[in-house]
Amino acid sequence: MTSARSAAIGKIALQYFLLCLMAVLCVFPFWWTLVTAVSGSGEVFAYPPQIWPQDPTLAHFKEVFAVIPMADFFRNSILITVLSVAGKLFFCALAAYPLSRLRFTGRKLVLGIVLATMVLPSEVNFLVNFITIHSLHLDDSVFGVIAPNLVSAVSIFMLKQAFDEIPADLIAAARIDGANDWRIFWHIMLPLIAPWLATVGILAAVEAWNDYLWPSIVLSKPESLPLAAGILYLRGTFGSNARVIAAGTVLTVLPILMAFLASQRFFMRGMDGAVK
Amino acid sequence: MQKFSAERNNWIALVFLAPALLLLALFAFWPVLYGSYLSFTDYSLVKAPTWVGLQNFRDIFDNEMFLVGLKNSLLFLLMVPVVQICAVSLALLVNQQLPAIRWFRAAYYIPVVTSVSVVGIMWTYMFHEEGAINYVLTQLHLINAPIGWLSDDSIAIFAVMFVTLWRGLGWYMVMYLAALQAIPSDVVEAAKLDGANAWQRFWRISLPMVKPSVLLCSVMSLLAALKTFQEVDVLTQGGPMNATFTALYYAYDQGFKHLQLSRGLAASMIVSLCCIAIALLFFAVMRPAKETQ
Repeated sequence: MTSARSAAIGKIALQYFLLCLMAVLCVFPFWWTLVTAVSGSGEVFAYPPQIWPQDPTLAHFKEVFAVIPMADFFRNSILITVLSVAGKLFFCALAAYPLSRLRFTGRKLVLGIVLATMVLPSEVNFLVNFITIHSLHLDDSVFGVIAPNLVSAVSIFMLKQAFDEIPADLIAAARIDGANDWRIFWHIMLPLIAPWLATVGILAAVEAWNDYLWPSIVLSKPESLPLAAGILYLRGTFGSNARVIAAGTVLTVLPILMAFLASQRFFMRGMDGAVK
Repeated sequence: MQKFSAERNNWIALVFLAPALLLLALFAFWPVLYGSYLSFTDYSLVKAPTWVGLQNFRDIFDNEMFLVGLKNSLLFLLMVPVVQICAVSLALLVNQQLPAIRWFRAAYYIPVVTSVSVVGIMWTYMFHEEGAINYVLTQLHLINAPIGWLSDDSIAIFAVMFVTLWRGLGWYMVMYLAALQAIPSDVVEAAKLDGANAWQRFWRISLPMVKPSVLLCSVMSLLAALKTFQEVDVLTQGGPMNATFTALYYAYDQGFKHLQLSRGLAASMIVSLCCIAIALLFFAVMRPAKETQ
């Protein structure tokens, strides 16, 4: 009996050891970056590595605002994220409504077209998208940054699924009351799928906040870059000062980590939606 | 009345769908069509395209950087089974009712929600000659002297691979976790009552039931592996000595750093063709196996 019990305890101990090992591997780079950013003295690459801040200071955060247009980066990131999320929710929900709720000619065809974009080799598109944005004179504009990301098949399908779950009676009742399709969509359906809008919105926000490549292709002026691209610009210009770069990195990643920890359940639901 | 209503529905649907379809046409379908055409031309932003046939493809296949890139992109495919096995193991590990398990799951997902540029900066420091990785490995006596993970041209590509693993693991873990949690618990309980041990339950119940997820994740992982290039951009920019070029990084490098858009497009066409071929091959191999099951 006791041996069975100690075996069970041993098993749990082993499991926690593995869990902690993986957690350290995932989180340590962030912690080390934070320690680098807030340490006031000592070598950046000390041996053994510093895992606890020495002479904690916020000077490097101040410095990062002084050497690069960090406040602009913040404003640009927020603007790009807000516009991307609002645009994506609006256009994708708008497209999902008829696909879910209206019988119309060519519905299957449209579904097929949307589905086809999922198998198109999307990540090789940026070269032509740059030409398109350039010929629409949207380079160096925030609209050039957000335009290619406004519609995605995954978002349309997730919202379509959300609309599918709304009882038909509800819509029939609204129609009898004389509501037109816009009213049904905007005043009845959208509030009912709010949790799904939140899920799609959070995923879109993370994507928009984190994207560094496309903004750095479209935007040529440093002061119009978002944070994710801006910290690479910081590394390019102040490559030798690791503590200032670490401070910029912390400021870039902190908002998204806080948003993630506050809204984990939406991420998990997003996954469920993607699996279906 | 019926006809009138059907026609009206068509108009309403069109109005609702038009913006999304327009954007998809412009940013999803047009790039494939126009990009394919441009890859057979000589084109830059300031001059009209002129047809040059296969010249761009001949150029890139004569170019050592592209060949290294293509080889590296194929090398990345080796990561697929590693990522998937790690992800399934991790999903099994966190698919348990243990205290604080939610926080472990969240910790493993953190790299997924982190920007590639942040990941690049952090891991450049981690891989520094005097960085944390070298310290831990020398303390464990796994290596004798610090390794230049990103500066040694025979090792750098594996360091980049490791970072893609680090970034991707949590995402696949959550996919597998969702699949594992969809397994009805009474099936597992019944197997336990019949005396099946953990290993048997994994092989006979969990694995067959998450097989669709394994297939889906493997295809996505294969395609993502072939298309790797952002990690290269933020970690090594193709260096040292072009050793970490991937096919798509070459396309990006040509297109935006050397302003050779049509040559870059030719390279990205090759990547697309490889993606299509691998996806088709994968489904051809896997489908019969699925039906005989």
